[in-house]
Amino acid sequence: MGSKVLRTENLSAYFRDNRVVNRVSLSIPENMVTTIMGPSGCGKTTLIRCFNRIHELIPGARVEGRVFLRDEDVYATDPMIIRRRIGMVFQRPNPFPTMSIYDNVIAGYRLNGIKLGHGERDAMVEESLKKAALWDEVKDHLNRKGTFLSGGQQQRLCIARALAMNPDILLLDEPTSALDPKATARVEQLVEELKKTVTLILVTHNVAQAGRVSDFTAFLYLGELIEYGPTEQLHTAPKDTRTEEFLTGKFG
Amino acid sequence: MANLFSSKPKVLSRTRGLWAEAAFQKTLSISALAILVLLTAIFLSLLIHSSPSLKAFGLTFFFSQTWDPVSSRFGALVFFVGTLLTSFLALLICLPFSLAISIFIGEYFREGILSSILKQVTELLAGIPSVIYGFWGLFVLVPIVRDLEIKLGILPHGVGILAASLILSVMVIPYAASISREVIALVPSDIKEAGYSLGATRQEVVTKIILPYAGSGIMAGTLLALGRALGETMAVTMVIGNSNILPHSIFSPGNTMASVIANEFTEATGRLYLSSLIEIGLLLFLVALTINFIGRYIIKKVSIRA
Repeated sequence: MGSKVLRTENLSAYFRDNRVVNRVSLSIPENMVTTIMGPSGCGKTTLIRCFNRIHELIPGARVEGRVFLRDEDVYATDPMIIRRRIGMVFQRPNPFPTMSIYDNVIAGYRLNGIKLGHGERDAMVEESLKKAALWDEVKDHLNRKGTFLSGGQQQRLCIARALAMNPDILLLDEPTSALDPKATARVEQLVEELKKTVTLILVTHNVAQAGRVSDFTAFLYLGELIEYGPTEQLHTAPKDTRTEEFLTGKFG
Repeated sequence: MANLFSSKPKVLSRTRGLWAEAAFQKTLSISALAILVLLTAIFLSLLIHSSPSLKAFGLTFFFSQTWDPVSSRFGALVFFVGTLLTSFLALLICLPFSLAISIFIGEYFREGILSSILKQVTELLAGIPSVIYGFWGLFVLVPIVRDLEIKLGILPHGVGILAASLILSVMVIPYAASISREVIALVPSDIKEAGYSLGATRQEVVTKIILPYAGSGIMAGTLLALGRALGETMAVTMVIGNSNILPHSIFSPGNTMASVIANEFTEATGRLYLSSLIEIGLLLFLVALTINFIGRYIIKKVSIRA
């Protein structure tokens, strides 16, 4: 097991008085795929939204406990800086509808007011789209609006947009739940390739997907971390009966 | 057989129900149609009554800046320019405020007492009778403009294009702000979150994601505000100075299409004089209708997308 890139200590998340994540402590290994799985409503999405401090944008939402990105306290750092280092891909593909494919990829730089040279920009767009396995499909119409692409392509465009910021970690929040099986397979394949350069944290309620793509799996139930370990071990010999019941489809 | 007889009255009442239904539908469609007829009738009567001046001046009516009731020579340019100048200037002054209000209520404080108070107050501005605006303009704004003119060393009229534009800008804020507010609130939260997830600040999300997305809706609201500004009569008449000379600066007194009609139609004695005023009315009618039409068309397109 490599070094830990992200670590939480007794992390709890609330919507007003409603606690949806309950004292979760876990460490995410570098350049691996870690899946957070659990039935819907178990707090898995909220958990990863605490990692890049998106959770706190919702009125009434708050966080207790600590999160460390390498050795830096995430909640003691400027959230804008943290979010540039921890990218995110959402459940529904959400390319910026007013921007072209090209502008979507470098949107992070545009938004942050970081000036890039023309050549630098072109190179970054090409590299990010190649990393997201989208380049061959869109290279001839980079000036078209991103929303003209299919759902699967839009999701890969969102991955390219996040990768362009060169993040340490990429959070994927049920990235395939709005996609058909073929587009899902492409994204899963992409996840495999991406772990060479970036640490991936994938949220899913799909047991099979967790088994297919991840090195480590965390099982979350009712906001609590029930079990966490190497995927193979967790899938073949779960220690907790709740994990076993979820894996065998008794609930979820 | 007995059943058949006893059910007869029911059949009758059903017929009556159908008759009522038909009558109801007719009433509705006639009322709806009446609006259309009314609009056409207004247009036609304007056209018919302006025919003497249309015949006498033709196209030169629109380009001539002479307005001389004594020698019966009339041109609409002064008023056309006055209307466009005051309206666009008003829009320019109002836009930063209406945008700020829209962003504040539509994005920053969507819920809560402060937001609902602000919403109510903005809407309330539309309910103030325009003569009140005129009074307020005359007693508060005009002296301020006069002081400004004295400081700048210009002839201190006080009344004029600037005073009219200022009063108009306040009057059109609710029109511009209400639609902008709606479209800003309609921006999907997932694209805002996408912006934040890339490390953007709230200001960057507002200026680079929300405003471009809501752009056409804001534009539509602005056009509706323009339509309102073009036609405003009372308040403008009270502070514009009613001068029939082409304004050479924003401090000059002037006249708009609406204000010249309001001012002069009672004293329009000659046939050609009255007809010329009516032709100005026709022009105003068409300009305002077109602006409103374009505005509504954009709103329709925007709401379909949302």
